[in-house]
Amino acid sequence: MKLLLMGNQNVGKSALFSRLTGVNVTSSNYPGTTVEFRQGRLKFGSKTADVMDVPGTYTLESTSRAEEVAVRMLEEGDAVINVVDATNLERNLYLTLQLLERRIPVIVALNFWDKALRGGIEINVKGLERMLGVPVVPTVAVTGEGIKELVSRIDDARAHALRQSDEKRWVRIGRIIKRTERITRKRETLSERLGDASIRPLTGIPIALAVIITSFLLIRLIGEGLITYILDPLFTVYSFLAMGLSGLLGQGLAHDILIGRLIEGEIDYVQSMGLLTTGLYVPLAMVLPYILAFYLVLSFLEDSGYLPRLATLMDNLMHRMGMHGLSVIPMLLGLGCNVPGALATRILETRRQRFIAATLMAIAVPCMAQIAMVIGLVGSRGPAGLGIVFGTLFLVWVFLGLALNRVMGGESPEIFIEIPPYQVPYWGSLLKKLWMRMWAFLREAIPYVLLGVLLINVLYSSGIISLIGRAAAPVVVGVLGLPGDAVGALVVGFLRKDVAVGMLLPLGLSLKQLIIASVVLTMYFPCVATFMVLTRELGIRDMAKSTAIMLSMALLVGGLLNLII
Amino acid sequence: MAVSLADMGVGKSARIVRIEGGLAIQRRLSSLNVRIGKAVRKVASQPFRGPVVIEVDGRRLSLGRGMAMKVLVEVLR
Repeated sequence: MKLLLMGNQNVGKSALFSRLTGVNVTSSNYPGTTVEFRQGRLKFGSKTADVMDVPGTYTLESTSRAEEVAVRMLEEGDAVINVVDATNLERNLYLTLQLLERRIPVIVALNFWDKALRGGIEINVKGLERMLGVPVVPTVAVTGEGIKELVSRIDDARAHALRQSDEKRWVRIGRIIKRTERITRKRETLSERLGDASIRPLTGIPIALAVIITSFLLIRLIGEGLITYILDPLFTVYSFLAMGLSGLLGQGLAHDILIGRLIEGEIDYVQSMGLLTTGLYVPLAMVLPYILAFYLVLSFLEDSGYLPRLATLMDNLMHRMGMHGLSVIPMLLGLGCNVPGALATRILETRRQRFIAATLMAIAVPCMAQIAMVIGLVGSRGPAGLGIVFGTLFLVWVFLGLALNRVMGGESPEIFIEIPPYQVPYWGSLLKKLWMRMWAFLREAIPYVLLGVLLINVLYSSGIISLIGRAAAPVVVGVLGLPGDAVGALVVGFLRKDVAVGMLLPLGLSLKQLIIASVVLTMYFPCVATFMVLTRELGIRDMAKSTAIMLSMALLVGGLLNLII
Repeated sequence: MAVSLADMGVGKSARIVRIEGGLAIQRRLSSLNVRIGKAVRKVASQPFRGPVVIEVDGRRLSLGRGMAMKVLVEVLR
């Protein structure tokens, strides 16, 4: 049995999903699209059902790709749990009525029931049930209240399939509200009034800056803390094991591949380039802590309801860059990993917007794995270098966006989003999301890092790298001012950018060269995982265009930096 | 006299009297409960023709300037 969880955005759908499903939750793409949805299992009575967390939607007349998928999933489901926000019944019922017009059984979860009571909203549940003709169960997803009853009544879900016009729907909603809802006091709360400060430009912009700076400081603090106090000590212990193995293997090919080169008789986790040394250390001890820190902070921002406010404040700039405010979401996700960033462009309405957002993200938004390595490498020479690297990328992002908006024909649609009330994130669903993101990183990153490290060994020992190096010398040496060997990093950067940045260390580059290499490595090409997702998302032709922009911009900006610094 | 959401003052309350533009935009607005007859309050307006933030039934919505110009309201008081 396929059970679809559907509802508006910000109605507590994720929390309800966490309550209904156990630990075995998978995230997958809807066939033929890049729209992701989560799936888990629910046991009720003697039956089991696959519960699908359908992307949030306000209407079945879709306006974005995510909403299109919601409609297509509806055709395959066996029943719908329609999650309705009890504190905003009127608007939520619009989707409910549209669902009732389909040939699928529906049961309504009247969520945020506690908030409704506190806010002085009385809903006659039995009356609502009668008027809708389907079961209605009050729930509080974050505490689990009402979940048992909801599950026990899934079998009572009813289908109606009675089509009606838009005006008739609103008339019917009006009648339902009049008979079943009574509001005894005004629900405007103090926190909502205070929350408005974060959306008025005069106060909102300073608050946004403070939020962003605090977020990055937190990420740095957590990431560095994990490295210093947990992972580095672990790898120090592991060194004894690895050195023992090194002694056992002796000189030879096996040693070179597994342990790599010893530096002054010791393993250097960054420079040795063995599968069991650098291949494990880079993803686990240098990158993973920052990924964890980043997703913890991002998930908190997402679940607290701050991001739509940031989207509103940024809308003006984004609009001039051919997108709209909601594009901050793919950009922020791209800072974690470009793959989910590319997937998130689905929330944008037009092909043009998606092209601009995907290209800008791939070219100017470095992923956390790469940022972690750049912080380690360039940051060790002082903060000025980091400032130049990230400042340059930011300028590229803005100016390329302005230029693309000019050059590409067509309009950019406007922002139209709900700004949810602030809420304290529900830890259950936040941790579940964090775990899924970490798992996705480990699953994707480790094989590619190992492959990258292996490739480095092969390329260097076979002499291929010096061949490519000589062929590319006019560009790499002449235009970018980097040593010929740096070409190896550009080759490996296609597999994993974090490993590529790590490869710069043994080259003994000057600070200027490190800055140029870090910027060029971000811009010239996406990593293979991102490249595949983008090709699927944009199509081959648009991806070819996007790639041409990346290569030429990387050369232009790298060359300019070489002249200016 | 009817003015658009874009032109109405921040902090003012009003009632929606007309929505200009085609059926598509009317439907899009109505899916978030921006409909004729609804009471709205303007919460904020971003500078340089940025989006407008309104409140309908205690919910805040952010809508682009172009859309806001199509929603005509009668200001209360």
